[in-house]
Amino acid sequence: MAINYIPANFDVVRDHTRCIKCRVCERQCSNEVHYYDEELDTMLCNETDCVDCQRCVSLCPTKALKILPNENRFRKNVNWRQQLMVEAYKQAETGGILLSAMGNPEEFPIYWDKLLLNASQVTNPSIDPLREPMETRVFLGKKSNEVKYDSEGDLVLSNTAPHLELSTPIMFSAMSYGSISYNAHASLAKASKELGIFYNTGEGGLHKDFYEYGPNTIVQVASGRFGVHKDYLDTGAAIEIKIGQGAKPGIGGHLPGAKILEDVSRTRMIPMGTDAISPAPHHDIYSIEDLRQLVLSLKEATEYKKPVIVKIAAVHNVAAIASGVARSGADIIAIDGFRGGTGAAPTRIRDNVGIPIELALAQADFRLREEGIRDNVSLVVGGSIRCSTDAVKAVALGADAVYIGTAALLALGCHLCRDCQRGLCNWGIATQKPELVKRLNPEIGYKRLVNIVHAWDHEIKELMGGMGINSIEALRGNRLMLRGVGLNEVELELLGVKHAGTAI
Amino acid sequence: MSYEINGAGVHYKEVNERIKATGDSDIFIKNACGHRYLGAGTSGKNITIDGIPGNALGAYLNGSRIVVNGNAQDAVADTMNSGEIVIHGNCGDTTGYGMRSGNVFIKGNVGYRVGIHMKEYREHRPVIVIGGKAGDFLGEYQAGGIILLLGLDTPSDVSPVGGFPATGMHGGKIFIRSEAKFEGLPSQIVLSDATDADKELFAPFVRKYTEYFGGNADEILSSHFYTLTPNSSNPYKQFYCQN
Ligand code: SF4
Ligand code: SF4
Ligand code: SF4
Repeated sequence: MAINYIPANFDVVRDHTRCIKCRVCERQCSNEVHYYDEELDTMLCNETDCVDCQRCVSLCPTKALKILPNENRFRKNVNWRQQLMVEAYKQAETGGILLSAMGNPEEFPIYWDKLLLNASQVTNPSIDPLREPMETRVFLGKKSNEVKYDSEGDLVLSNTAPHLELSTPIMFSAMSYGSISYNAHASLAKASKELGIFYNTGEGGLHKDFYEYGPNTIVQVASGRFGVHKDYLDTGAAIEIKIGQGAKPGIGGHLPGAKILEDVSRTRMIPMGTDAISPAPHHDIYSIEDLRQLVLSLKEATEYKKPVIVKIAAVHNVAAIASGVARSGADIIAIDGFRGGTGAAPTRIRDNVGIPIELALAQADFRLREEGIRDNVSLVVGGSIRCSTDAVKAVALGADAVYIGTAALLALGCHLCRDCQRGLCNWGIATQKPELVKRLNPEIGYKRLVNIVHAWDHEIKELMGGMGINSIEALRGNRLMLRGVGLNEVELELLGVKHAGTAI
Repeated sequence: MSYEINGAGVHYKEVNERIKATGDSDIFIKNACGHRYLGAGTSGKNITIDGIPGNALGAYLNGSRIVVNGNAQDAVADTMNSGEIVIHGNCGDTTGYGMRSGNVFIKGNVGYRVGIHMKEYREHRPVIVIGGKAGDFLGEYQAGGIILLLGLDTPSDVSPVGGFPATGMHGGKIFIRSEAKFEGLPSQIVLSDATDADKELFAPFVRKYTEYFGGNADEILSSHFYTLTPNSSNPYKQFYCQN
């Protein structure tokens, strides 16, 4: 029906003088865009289904392909953008909630890009990281703020709260087996071990093959409790209670039954083909006191040996919520900003709910300091940390460490086509189809993850050296190392930074 | 002889430490009064409790058996993996939250959201048997397992279940002993009269119930039961459109 015709987003442009009709593109595209026409002896395509994942472009042996934006546009209208019109058509046809994937792609301020770092000149000289030891190791968990001495005057180590030790303040954020593939999980697990950091199971349980990576695994407990049992809890180095997620604050997770195949079903411990529904609230948590009950029940079941993380989405009232969480017995608070990625989220929620992580972090850190409980918890932020400078700025705004999700997937080959929800990822990441999963080689994947984190760690050390700081701990909450550019007074105040050009 | 712990004036943390530390598998806790997380995550223990244990009794239970000679509070059997819990009294909200296997028998009534997120997997099939009445949202988001509501003290023309049962239910079965009409069931729930096959399925649990708490199993089984089942294991699929 003409009324339902939705123009293709992209034009698949093939240079026929280069094309040798090898049909590689046809085999590589899970969306079945390319096909060979025998009669015409030529390669044709159905560009409507193209999601611009760049798989065919990357593998075409003669570089004959290009994916360009489709120039056929509806009449230009700043208010009624084409995307909104198309969405109206889709909903008029199906009556369904719009479903998208990956992080919020819309134009909102990115504060990381409006923050600049300091460097030393002449006085307080910079430190050369190639020559001087630089410490990027961090410990996450409660810090004791009392100092005790015994009768001999020796220091008594009284802090017995469990900790996570990270070689660098970067962890892989929660991505469940189910939303991403076995090979993606294998890469993350192996890389975490080699790097001395942690990856996070997400709420999909832990595949039996990855129990050996337990010391580098954070196991998640969400409202659906998928795959949560005693061994799972005992295996992880820390337990994360997922209250919210930046990409979809206030709503839960839903892995469609179609993605619950044999292996995923075994890991989640639910029958094949059933929807895996994690509703928004934990229906047993209505207060900080209730949250405390869940935190302590997990600690009780694991004999107080593991730190408990509570993950919340960055929402308007985040500072007060963080303050409550800090009093719930949790050791670590993870805050996920509104740009955080996801395997599937309602479009409207992804693009309109939550607040930027930079503001949420700055405010949570302020609030916890103000109340004198900052050392009760560590703060980990994500959504979205795109590069080493985002991480350094996050630490200067008060974070102990950062979670990276999308950046890690990019290392594994993701091209941000934002089509994860359909489970046809051409790069073998957001899919359970064996023929696609095998495109991601975990041996290569894990090395690329190790590389990117090493590279960031080097950059973090360089930046710290430039600032004359040799320990990441000394950068935490050190807002004097930050200056804002092009920010208004309210923004500067919320972030707690001065405008560029202002001296100390 | 069982290992005895006197709960009077002792913090729950210590009670739990002692449960885990003892080599004895038979444990008797007396004077329980609001002690939380009793038996959490344990396996191979046989715990008897006199008094009223606190919230999250037997959370993540992994094979132990717990008998409470009295009432229990909220979140009993939260994410229980296997084992058995027997409550000689009433029980609070969210009993059996996310429970995956094992059995919970409650002599009397239960609170809200009982059996929420209960799920089954292969040979694991959790069962909750409630002798009395249930509060609102019984079997919310239930994804598997059996909830058996006997309504023993309720006249047969009054429903023993609170409002909004089976909301979001997409797996498993709820059996309710009653003749009263049901209203307000969600559209994905099919209400039918329990068949002989249904009764055969839950009869062993009725017998267990009467064995633990008394009563006549045959008489109970001869009454009318309703069966609530979801008509789809993918009830939310149609709500989405790819964007
Ligand atoms: S992969 Fe390149 S060369 Fe091969 S058929 Fe496709 S466009 Fe032609
Ligand atoms: S979806 Fe990906 S592989 Fe398929 S045509 Fe588009 S860019 Fe190429
Ligand atoms: S994970 Fe795959 S489907 Fe998702 S955005 Fe990346 S390339 Fe696309």
